[in-house]
Amino acid sequence: MANSVQARPAARNSAFSYRGRTYFQRAILYLILTIIAIIVLIPMVWMFLTSIKPKNQLFTKDIQWWPATPTLDNYKTLINNPSTPIISWFTNSILIALIVTGLVLAVDSLAAYAYARMDFFGRDVLFKLLLFTLFLPGVLFLVPNFLIVNALGLRNNYLGVILPALAGVFGVFFMRQFFETIPKELEEAAHIDGANTFQTFWSIALPLAKPALATLGVITFLGSWNDFLWPLLILQDRSLQTLPIGLRSLQGSYTSEYGLMMAGAVVAAVPVLLLYIVLQRFIVASVASSGIKG
Amino acid sequence: MAKTIQEREQTGEAVASVNTRRRFNFTPYLFILPHLIFFAIFVGYPFVSGLVYSTFQYNFLTPENNTFVGLNNYTNLFNTKSREFDLFWNSLGNTGIFMLYSVPALVIIPLLLAVLLNTKLPGRNIFRAIIFAPWVLSVSVISLLWFWIFQSNGGLVNVYAKALGIFGEDGPPRWLSTLPAAWIAITVATVWWTMGFNMIILLAALQDIPEQLYEAATIDGANTLQKFFRITLPLLQSVLVFVITITIIASFNLFGQSLFMTNNGPSRGTEPVMYRIYDEGFNRNAQGSAAAMSFVVALIMILVSYLNFRIFRKRDTSY
Repeated sequence: MANSVQARPAARNSAFSYRGRTYFQRAILYLILTIIAIIVLIPMVWMFLTSIKPKNQLFTKDIQWWPATPTLDNYKTLINNPSTPIISWFTNSILIALIVTGLVLAVDSLAAYAYARMDFFGRDVLFKLLLFTLFLPGVLFLVPNFLIVNALGLRNNYLGVILPALAGVFGVFFMRQFFETIPKELEEAAHIDGANTFQTFWSIALPLAKPALATLGVITFLGSWNDFLWPLLILQDRSLQTLPIGLRSLQGSYTSEYGLMMAGAVVAAVPVLLLYIVLQRFIVASVASSGIKG
Repeated sequence: MAKTIQEREQTGEAVASVNTRRRFNFTPYLFILPHLIFFAIFVGYPFVSGLVYSTFQYNFLTPENNTFVGLNNYTNLFNTKSREFDLFWNSLGNTGIFMLYSVPALVIIPLLLAVLLNTKLPGRNIFRAIIFAPWVLSVSVISLLWFWIFQSNGGLVNVYAKALGIFGEDGPPRWLSTLPAAWIAITVATVWWTMGFNMIILLAALQDIPEQLYEAATIDGANTLQKFFRITLPLLQSVLVFVITITIIASFNLFGQSLFMTNNGPSRGTEPVMYRIYDEGFNRNAQGSAAAMSFVVALIMILVSYLNFRIFRKRDTSY
């Protein structure tokens, strides 16, 4: 009997269990995971392949995965048609996302450092106020912020998209948590050496916070690049629009021209997919850590 | 120059006197000010002004006609005879239907994926990365993509469904223009888009469960399913509540998928409440009414997440 108890775990393990897996079970697990990965990838591959298909090969009777005559015509059409200024959309998206990211990093890490390290009148009340708004649904701010942006004359202006993005509290909260993990001694040493508060922040705390800055930066960039509802409200001129809004115009301009639509989608997807491939660990780590709070 | 710091500390004159003589320090305020200004303009003020607008008949294009209407914008939402009533509750109901489809799928599928990936399998991170990848795309990209995949004519799904005869004589449904097929299409697109997000959170929580618990259970003769239901699920409870809550909130924000894929049709059949607020506020230019709708929806969102926490936390104490 003692033998059988020892033998059982290996025999009974399956994909759900945690050790002692046999090669056969491993192979099955790989097979399942590979099928899942293929299912996830197929739509993206399909998007890309559609974008390089000429129009007459879209609706073939049997699905043709690789186009008989691959072509970049769809991309050229988008570029040459003044009603789908995809190059402007692309540069608008890049410009807005980069400015938002840079400013969010600057503004949020400054504030976070004060909330983490300095003692000042009203600090705790202010920080609790910030935390409270973290739980408010964004829909509350849609109408009033539109009216504020309108009153400031920032409709149809990049600033109407950029400035409200700086009001978020997630970054302050996120950076503050990180600053609190840095040992105080380093900053105290800098102070004794005669550095003022800003110098300490700039040359001690910020360099140590690089991983957190990278994480916040990439999350902010993605959020800005992909944002849909707010730019849809604020940027009405086609030439000022960002790619996600442009895709909506594109869908309206070309009925059932799916090759053109997918070319637009590819242009919007490729930069973030590249960013994801390079900075995957920062993105995944930030998502994983968000669950720990819960 | 008299005393060292140690000597001063010994005599007691030290730190206190230094502190009281220190002038008021502006530095911390300079650090928080840039953020605080934007926060005040785009979070603090609109929270209040939104409430005020919701008591007005408000149109920013004709400000001279804006009039105070008290709670009318709110009571209209509960008055069966008002213009807003049917539209608002239809859209809120639609968002609820979407939730019934998407929330279970977005909890169960990511949980199974996380369990599959919670192994020391070489190459595990590649699978994790692939499954998460769609999450980095914009709602426009994924909606346009699935709009094409679910097309009746030439769409990937129907070409294969017809070839394999999955839907029998009648053929596959017109995914984007009939109900409930449209909800299935929207749900599939959303699940594909965001399941990786929930999976990553659940996977991180799974990795925190000590392996000894499973070893002990194995020695006691527990099988795989028993281990899953007796160890994994109970220990994941708080993270599951978190995932369910953020998924519910994300479902409330449904907007882009139905706009791109079904154009909110057929006949407003997939029009979500976010679109209703958008339409009320910016196509009909009834900003007061839209602000009132926002507050009602936000209140429902807060209430639902609160109840969600309450109900599941209660179970927590019972075992």
